[in-house]
Amino acid sequence: MEQTIEKTNSWGGNQRPYNISYGKLMMWFFLMTDALTFSGFLVSYGFSRFKYVDVWPKAEDVFTHFPFLHGDHPLLFVALMTFILIMSSVTMVLAVNYGHKMQKEKVILWLSLTIVGGIIFLGSQAWEWSHFIHGLDGVPATLVSNPYGHPLFADYFFFITGFHGFHVFSGILILIIILINVIKGTYEKRGHYEMVEKVGLYWHFVDLVWVFVFTFFYLV
Amino acid sequence: MSDHHKETFITKYIFCQDHKMIAKQFLITGMLMGVIGMFMSILFRLQLSNPGESFAVLEWFLGDKWAPGGVLDPNMYLSLVTMHGTILVFWVLTAGLTGTFANYLIPLQIGARDMASGFLNMLSYWFFFGATIVMLISLFVESGPASAGWTVYPPLSALPQAISGSGLGQDLWLVGMALFIVSSLLGGLNYIVTILNLRTKGMSMSRLPLTIWALLITAIIGVLTFPVLLACALLLIFDRSFGTSFYLSDIIINGEMLHNTGGSPILFEHLFWFLGHPEVYIILLPALGLVSEVMSVNSRKPIFGYKAMVGAMMAIAFLSCIVWGHHMFVTGMDPFLGSVFTFTTLLIAIPSAVKVFNYLTTLWRGSIRFTPAMLFAIGFVSTFITGGLTGLILGDSALDINVHDTYFVVGHFHIVMGLSAIYGMFAGVYHWFPKMYGRMMNKKLGYLHFWVTFIAAYGVFFPMHFLGLAGLPRRYYTNSAFPMFDNLTDINEVITFFSIIGGLVQLLFIFNFFYSIFKGTKSEQNPWKSNTLEWTAPVERIHGNWPGEIPSVERWAYDYSKPGMDEDFVMQNVPLKEGETEH
Repeated sequence: MEQTIEKTNSWGGNQRPYNISYGKLMMWFFLMTDALTFSGFLVSYGFSRFKYVDVWPKAEDVFTHFPFLHGDHPLLFVALMTFILIMSSVTMVLAVNYGHKMQKEKVILWLSLTIVGGIIFLGSQAWEWSHFIHGLDGVPATLVSNPYGHPLFADYFFFITGFHGFHVFSGILILIIILINVIKGTYEKRGHYEMVEKVGLYWHFVDLVWVFVFTFFYLV
Repeated sequence: MSDHHKETFITKYIFCQDHKMIAKQFLITGMLMGVIGMFMSILFRLQLSNPGESFAVLEWFLGDKWAPGGVLDPNMYLSLVTMHGTILVFWVLTAGLTGTFANYLIPLQIGARDMASGFLNMLSYWFFFGATIVMLISLFVESGPASAGWTVYPPLSALPQAISGSGLGQDLWLVGMALFIVSSLLGGLNYIVTILNLRTKGMSMSRLPLTIWALLITAIIGVLTFPVLLACALLLIFDRSFGTSFYLSDIIINGEMLHNTGGSPILFEHLFWFLGHPEVYIILLPALGLVSEVMSVNSRKPIFGYKAMVGAMMAIAFLSCIVWGHHMFVTGMDPFLGSVFTFTTLLIAIPSAVKVFNYLTTLWRGSIRFTPAMLFAIGFVSTFITGGLTGLILGDSALDINVHDTYFVVGHFHIVMGLSAIYGMFAGVYHWFPKMYGRMMNKKLGYLHFWVTFIAAYGVFFPMHFLGLAGLPRRYYTNSAFPMFDNLTDINEVITFFSIIGGLVQLLFIFNFFYSIFKGTKSEQNPWKSNTLEWTAPVERIHGNWPGEIPSVERWAYDYSKPGMDEDFVMQNVPLKEGETEH
């Protein structure tokens, strides 16, 4: 009987295809759903932007300020923000890496730096928003008006960067929970740091989405 | 998880993480919503067959405000139509069908102790339950429930001042849908990873029963398209509540010019139908899966063309995501783009025809057992053909423009999606009831239920094609506003007559269902002599499904009437005999 099984059977049961646990697989599928939600927004943005391509504001005319500096610095601040967010992905990679090596202290260090990076990014975004809301010549940019050009620019800007900011915010909360668990030694007892890896996947995804948002709103 | 342990009432029936109980929770919630949705349809059918006439039942049920003097109020008519569509499409045929059978059958048929994450599975039900409560509350708000149609097109749905149903009722509708989307995404993620990761020894993908294939593909289109509906609904919420103009532009209402500028309702339609069309297959594919299983078991023959069936489902799933434009032929779409959507839409006929032919060839020369489940499975094939053929007419942009938004469309989608899916669901309930409750449903009541439903349903939806060809528009409050439709009154009376008959006979099913739970005859372990793994599990409901080890799988699921075997079925866990080849 054993021979027959061997002959006809390649699936051993309860194995993991591609050697990936159900939790990680679920995270990948979740990221796919989230990617599609963002795609829905970005496609709508493209739809409206091409309709009003003549009156659509240019990002380098809108976002020209840098804290404590005078004069025009188009897109300098957002470049810094983006750099910080990408660096927080680097620190996340290091945290995951030290998780694989089971080095608790280093995981704590790099996770904390990731959280700091996320908080700085969110703070910068708040500054960017307040600068944009402040508007031109006393006319504020809001969900119903935009002194820089077509009002839909403001609608999509607030909506999409806000939705992304909400993701960063949730990411920070999750990272803090994971950090507490790391400090308490939960994952050391469990024998692996897979939770850190999973939240890492989410964090990289949020960064990747920002790269698209940044490209579509600021660069092109 | 694998041990059966003591449970309190709360962990057993309410906050339960066992997939079998969650499946029953979905089924019973779905049935309750089904009754409500069906009852609504009878209320508005009364108005359509007897416009402006007084009915005591309307006044008694809807009160003085929504049915003054027993005549249905036009706003309430629109609300009833909207809620009927929403409840039937999402609550009954999406959550009630997939939620029940994916939860019930996936772990049992692939040989797993439970879903990958029992906790997320429980959350999925409770998000659904929350959505149900919100949706039911919206029936009782002062301005009435949502009334912009189940597709909630803006600007009607976006402007509270446009119609009374676009007030609080629409807000609650959107909140309910958001909760519903979360629920179905949590469920879908769980189904996919469970099927991929937790199959028992020997259960390779090529040995999966077609039910599981169907549920897997359903879950995949669900997680691909529901997020886009979420995006669509969030933008609508912002337009309604925060003054944005994503979907609104240059609107004058009650003499007042709104500030909105630049948005486009067509954008909404694109986002909505990107979900909306695949949603049809999210509803239909589980039914196809259930019917494949029921059909093969009761024909005592292997399913014809297993690989073709899987391939056809994959093709349908893929094509369903690139055809949404056929809902929008009359939006001023570029005719060239229209012809592209026509092309992709008509392509779906090919895998659908493959499925139908495979069902017919499975039946061909089988030794058929006409159980109620089997009758519904055959009924499914019937409606799938009738409804599918009118789909060819509607999928062609040149023809569609003539019958767009008429009763032709209503007849078409009720037959191909509504009836087919509900027949699949009935087939599933009759077939797996012994597994779920350890008792059999009454067969005679089952036959009566099938034949009356089958005749009444065709009686309702078939004449609608003639109404549509005569030009009668859908969603209108009255059919008597234009003299040219006067001679259609008789047809409308026939439809309403059949809808009442068809509605009443469902009460028989519900009686049969609940009566059999408590008083039905006890079932054996494998009453249908079926091959799949769930029938190797004991009749009693236990955590972890199998008391000892999980059986390992040695063959595919369709070894019926295999030559050289002692019986006409060989269960999946029976090892191959010396010299026997796999199918």
